[in-house]
Formats: sequence, structure tokens, C-alpha cells
Amino acid sequence: MISMNPILEIEGLSLAAKSKKQLVTNVSLSVGAGESLGIVGESGSGKSLTLRSILGLLPRGVEQVSGVIKCDGRAAMIFQDPRGALDPLCPVVRQLAEVVYYRQNVSRRASRTIALELLEMLGLPDSLKHTDRYPSQLSGGQCQRIVIAIALACKPGILLCDEPTTALDVTVQQQIIETITRLQSELGFAIVFVTHNLAIAAAMCSKLCVMKEGKIVERGDSLSLLQNPQDPYTQMLINAVLPLPEFERSAGV
Amino acid sequence: MIKSSNLLRKFVDIDSPRRWLLLALIRAAVVIICVVTAVFFIIRIVPGDPAKMILGEYSTPEAIESMHHTLGLDLPLWEQFVRFVQNLLINGDTGSSIISGTSSRELIAERAPVTLLLIAMASLLAILISLVLATLAATHKDRLLDHMIRIFPTITLGMPVFWVGLLLILIFSVRLGWFPVGGVGEGVTGTLHSLILPAITVAFSQIPTLIRSLRAQMLEVLESDFVVTLKAAGIPNRVILMKHVLRNSALPTLMLLGVNISYLIGGTLVVEQVFGIKGIGSLLFSSISKRDFPVIQGIALYCAISVVIISLLIEIASWRLDPRTKGK
Amino acid sequence: MKPTLLDLPLQADDKNKRIINRILNTPSLLVGSIMLIILVGLAVLAPFISPYHPSDQNLYAILQPPSSEHWLGTDQLGRDLFTRLIYAARTDLKIMVLAEIIPFCTGVFLGMLAGYYGKWIDTLITLVTDTFIAFPFYLIVIIVAFASGAGQRGLYITFILVGWIVYARVIKGLSASFRKQEWVASAQTLGIPGVKIILRHLLPNVLPQAVVVLMTDMVGLLVAIVTLGYLGIGIAPPTPDWGTMISDGQSFITTAWWLSAVPGLAVVYTGIALSLVGDGLADLWRRK
Repeated sequence: MISMNPILEIEGLSLAAKSKKQLVTNVSLSVGAGESLGIVGESGSGKSLTLRSILGLLPRGVEQVSGVIKCDGRAAMIFQDPRGALDPLCPVVRQLAEVVYYRQNVSRRASRTIALELLEMLGLPDSLKHTDRYPSQLSGGQCQRIVIAIALACKPGILLCDEPTTALDVTVQQQIIETITRLQSELGFAIVFVTHNLAIAAAMCSKLCVMKEGKIVERGDSLSLLQNPQDPYTQMLINAVLPLPEFERSAGV
Repeated sequence: MIKSSNLLRKFVDIDSPRRWLLLALIRAAVVIICVVTAVFFIIRIVPGDPAKMILGEYSTPEAIESMHHTLGLDLPLWEQFVRFVQNLLINGDTGSSIISGTSSRELIAERAPVTLLLIAMASLLAILISLVLATLAATHKDRLLDHMIRIFPTITLGMPVFWVGLLLILIFSVRLGWFPVGGVGEGVTGTLHSLILPAITVAFSQIPTLIRSLRAQMLEVLESDFVVTLKAAGIPNRVILMKHVLRNSALPTLMLLGVNISYLIGGTLVVEQVFGIKGIGSLLFSSISKRDFPVIQGIALYCAISVVIISLLIEIASWRLDPRTKGK
Repeated sequence: MKPTLLDLPLQADDKNKRIINRILNTPSLLVGSIMLIILVGLAVLAPFISPYHPSDQNLYAILQPPSSEHWLGTDQLGRDLFTRLIYAARTDLKIMVLAEIIPFCTGVFLGMLAGYYGKWIDTLITLVTDTFIAFPFYLIVIIVAFASGAGQRGLYITFILVGWIVYARVIKGLSASFRKQEWVASAQTLGIPGVKIILRHLLPNVLPQAVVVLMTDMVGLLVAIVTLGYLGIGIAPPTPDWGTMISDGQSFITTAWWLSAVPGLAVVYTGIALSLVGDGLADLWRRK
């Protein structure tokens, strides 16, 4: 799985807690410019930590033990809990403008104009532009769009998505995914999409990695991986997304 | 209480901010009524006859009786209470001093400015010092600086505030001669200069609790997703800390100060005694040594009512400042 | 019979060895306990440790600096400072422990009632605590101690009156969150009386936190005892007490500063020991 022109390359990455507990073991992956890669696995499998290590922002108490991360171009990230990802005491437009100001080296006034353009690009209502709205006054989907706008303000070469739809309603999930794909085709950034939902990952990404207990157990093109899973864990995940009607009934759901 | 709030619910929209404000005001008013009642009853609950305490153990029965009459203690309890409340509402007063005959309100008003200034300086210092130390500790978590700052509350928790004052006098006034040993200086600069050590002393008693909770608060904020968002977006650490983390930690700290304002006032009364400052504290002690009941009651009442009002104001302020309480 | 849900919080912990190990692995608890044991040892054994009596005056040897004869020197009446220090520990620590018993019990009890039943009991107790808290702690302590007469009796009355509030507030919050647990609701629907739930299940759950609060509160109480002694409305002389020792030494602060400094350090030492034990216990229970 070596891309011709990788924008992100990870070689033999291992992460461990300060208590020496191994969290991620020998993970290698690479993503080409404009490509999208899905990382699938259950919670605690180390997929989110892998993302954080790309940004160099590991949580306190977690260390990179070995491995090389090479990232050409800027990385930006969007998160699982969109409301938590915004400062609750700062109006959203001001947060967005602040990022534009520091990332794009423009004047304060210009940064606000650019911020408003970004809001429009993400299909956010005009009401957000005029009044100072705080995250608590926005819906989850709107917050996630703001977070995406903040990521875009960094002009990323690669967008890291950490379960960006898990905390949202099903209908909103669909809109957010469509927005991300649309923006990718317009702006041409690469995507690393971390999720526990195999269906979403397969729909969004051409390539997939399956992670379990900090290791990559299987990887390949989305289509072939879905049709012909090798690892029993991948099979289990596939069964979990496409439950047969009998199965649902017998489980008493 | 419960019935009245049910009634209110009918008149005011259930989740409207106005209802919240109204309930907060009612709560404060009820507490103030309780405070007034408590101040009235405290000399009646506590064992000992006030007249006997004023006149001494070996006074004649006649003298005690006439003192009962002066204090109004020979009236039925309910009538005493009605008079007490009447006098309070009309004159803002808990009676006149037994010694000088001056109204207790005037005596307190005369001493209040120094005490208030001292409290203001101490609060300001406490907030500034704990903000700086807590920020340093939180940003250096588990490193030497953090450990040193974290030991600080453990050590200072058991420091009597008057003893800290004595040590400061010993070091900075007696040995180094930077400040006067006691009393309040002349003029604005003189006053401020002489109040620096007392203010540090009072602040010292508040800093341990403030540092502890502020550090915990900041660590929580530093670990939160939005800080990661801002860092990932390339905002400089300094800006994140000053603009976002501090703001988010400041609100809970303000609330804590509201809870602690009562301790701060109490500490101020004691510290005044150590530094020989003629404020409410020294009025309290001289009234106590002269058994001047109305003045003692007045001090207790005014202190308690100030605490209730300050807490209410802080509650309202932090509620107004937090956008999470709006628009929902 | 299978253990019911109700028995869960009461599981007997018979693994004594593991408990000892855990204590040894909590340095703050260990250090704090050792400091406390030394202090209590000095206080209890005071008559055997010191050759002097705390009120023995020696007017030929006043205000002496520390020496081999008088380890910490002597005060303005020639009394041995070290002897007075450890005898004062007897007085102050005794009052600190005794005065904490009744407030602890009433506070925990009222807190559980308010948190568990909520409604009007909660409203009433909250109102009373709000009223008490409005009065600055030292103001109320000073007034009550003065009104009920100087000396130890006044101290006890004062703390019975105001000491319970801290516990009531902390325990109320804990009990309210306890009540919201599912098994409590199911126990209630089964008709188990509230008193039984409170005593058998709520109490063991809130007691650890109450003990942690007890440790910090004892520090506050000790400081209050000493402050009242300093102000002359606490323990009356000639009974040795750290507070009166500090105020006695204040007049000699320029010449014999240690007279005031040393008793204060004793208070600080006790405060450190108790808060270390409190921190350690909190740590221990959090890890459990």
C-alpha cells in the first residue's frame, strides 16, 4: 500500500502510556495527496491516538516510543464531540477568525471577512454572521461545521477526522459526510477518517485499515476488503454493520 | 418557600432568565430574614444573662433589673423582636451603644472604610497571586515547579492568619523596616502603604483554596477538546492560555471567591487586631471587652448581610458572563 | 442464595495484607501518619519527656535563647518553652478531637437526611446552612465563645453550633447523587424503609469522604482554637496553649522572636500532618 506521492507517511509507530502499557504497536501507513484512508476499529483500539500523534498533540501521559511520522503539508483535525471542540465562552465567528488571523497572516479585518466566507462555504445560516453566537446556542451539526471551517482555515493538505459523526443525529451525519466529501473534491486535501462504523468508512474512503488492540490487523482497498475479509475481526465488524433481520430478532433488540 | 415558587412558576415563564433571577433574589431575601432572626436570638440562645455579662458577676439584682429595662429584656420575647426589627428597618440600626450612646450604625459606618479597603486589596492580591501560581502549576504539571506550588496549600492550610501577620511584621517591618509595625498611615499613599502587609496576610489565608481549585480547573480546561482544536489550528500557546484557558477557569474561581468571601471577612477582622488597624475588627473586640451588645449585634448583622449581597452579586455576574446559561 | 444488589456496598474486605500494602504505597498517608504519631507521642508522654513543669517559673532565667538546658529557651517568666509546647499540644489536640465528635455526627446525619429525602428537609437544612455561612466563621466563633464565657466550655459550645455545617454540605451532595442510583430506586419500590437504606447503604458510602473532610476540618478547628487563645477568649492561662503562647511572645518579638514563632510552627506541623493524612486517605479510596 505505498502511494506514489505520499503526503503522510507513518513508519513503525509505537505509542505507550507512562505506565509502560503499550497502546499502539508498530503502525505503518501512508496516504497520497487527495486520497482518503479509513481507519476502522472499536474504541480503545488506538486509532484516535494514532491521529493525535500525527498532530504531535498526544494526551498527557502518552509517549511516542518509536517510529517516524512524515507529513508534507499542514494537518488539521475535526473531532467526535463538536461542542466540546469549541471554546464555550468565545463566540464562534471570533474563534474562526482567530484561526484565520494566525494561520493566514492577514489583518484582523480581513480575517473576519475570510471567516464569514468560510461560514458560507459550509452552508451555515446568515444569522451566525451578524450576532455573536456562542457554541451552546448552536446545534451539534452547526458546531461540527464550525469545527470543519476552523480546520479549513488552516488550508490543510490533510484533514484528520476523529469520529466526526458519532455524536450527531443520523440525518445530520449524512449531511456532514456529504459536506466533507464535497469540500475534498473542491479543495483537494487528503483525508484520514477514523471511525468504528465500517459502513461510513467504506463509503467515504478508497482504502481501509482495520485496527485492533493497537495493531493494524488488515488493510486494503475498501471494496476488496469488504468482499473478501481475511481477518476474523474484520469479518466480525462487517457482520456488525450489516445485521441480518433474523439476527436482530433473535437478539431481542 | 415551595408554595411560593410554585405560584411563581405560574406567572413567570419556566426557563426564563427572569425566573432564575427572581428565585435568586427571593433566596437571598429569605436568608437575610433568617440572619436578622439569628442575630436577634443569638444572645438569648447562648447561656448567660446579657445584663449580668455587662455589669459583671457581682452586680446587685436592682442594677441587673434596670439594665434589663434599658435593653428591653423585660418585655415579652415577641415584642422585643418586633422592636428590634422596627428599629432595624427605620434606623438601619441594632440599638445604641451601651457605653457611648452612639447608634451602632454610626459606629460601624465610621470604621467601615478601612476594613472595606483592606478586604478589596486582599481579594485582589489573592486572585492575582493564585492566578499566577495556578497557571504556572497547571502548565508545568508533574514537574518540579508544579510540585513546589502544590505543596504550598498543604503547608499553609494550618497557618493561623494572625501568626502569619506576626511573622510578616517581624521580617518586613522590624528587620527590614519596609513597612510600619502597625496602625494606618496618613494620606492615600500612606494608607495604602500601611495596608500592604495586612492585605498580604489576609490574602495568604485564601490562596491555598484558590490555588487548589484553580489548578484543578485549569488542568481540566487544558485537557479539553477545544484546546486541542486551537493547538491543532496553530494558535500560539500563549494566546490559548491568556484568551481561552484563563477565561474558562476564571468563572469557577469567581464563584469560589463568592463562597469564600465570608472567610475572607472573618480573617480581616482578626488581622486588623494583629496590625492595630482601627476598623470593624477592632470595634468588635473593644465592644466585646466592654460587653457592648447592640454594637456586637450590629457588626454581626452588617457582616452577614454584606456576605449575602456579595454572594448574590457574584452569582448574578457569573451567570451573566456565561453564555451557556443564555438562549436555552 | 445469590447476593442481592443491596449487599454490594457492604462487601467485607478481609484482605488485610493488601490494605497494608496500599497504605505503604501512599507516601502522603505514611508520612502524615508518622508525623501524627510523633506529635501524639510527645503530647501523651510529656511528663516523662520533660524534666520541667509547664508552669514552673524561674525568674533568674527569663527569655533565654535555646541551650542544652532549655532546648527551645525560656519565656518571660523563665518557663521552659519546649515543656510548654508539648503540654500545650495535650490541651489543644484534646479539644480538637473532642470538639469534632458531635459536629461530625450531626453534620453527616443531617447531610444524609437532606440529600436522601430532598424536598422540604433539604430546603430547611439548606436555609439553615446558608444562614450560618453568611456569618464569617471567625465572627461567629468570637461572638459565641465570648458570650458563652472564655475557656474550654465556650470552645465546645461554639463548635457544636457551627462545626456541623461543612459536613452537612459535603454529605448532602454525595447523598443526593447516591439517591439517583438505580438500585436505590429499586430498593425503594421494594418497600425497604428509608432509615434502613440510609444506615446500611448510604452511610458506608459517604463515610470515607466524611473522614477526608474531618482531617481538613480538624486543621481549621485547631487554628480556630489557637486564634481564640491568641485573642484571649479561648483557653485561659495558666493552662498552656499554643495560641496564648504566641500572644505572650508577641511583646518580645524584637528580642526573642522564637517565643511566638515556635508555637506557630507547632500548629503548622499539625496542619501538615493532618492534611497529608487527609490527602492520602482520599487517594487511597479513589484508587479502590
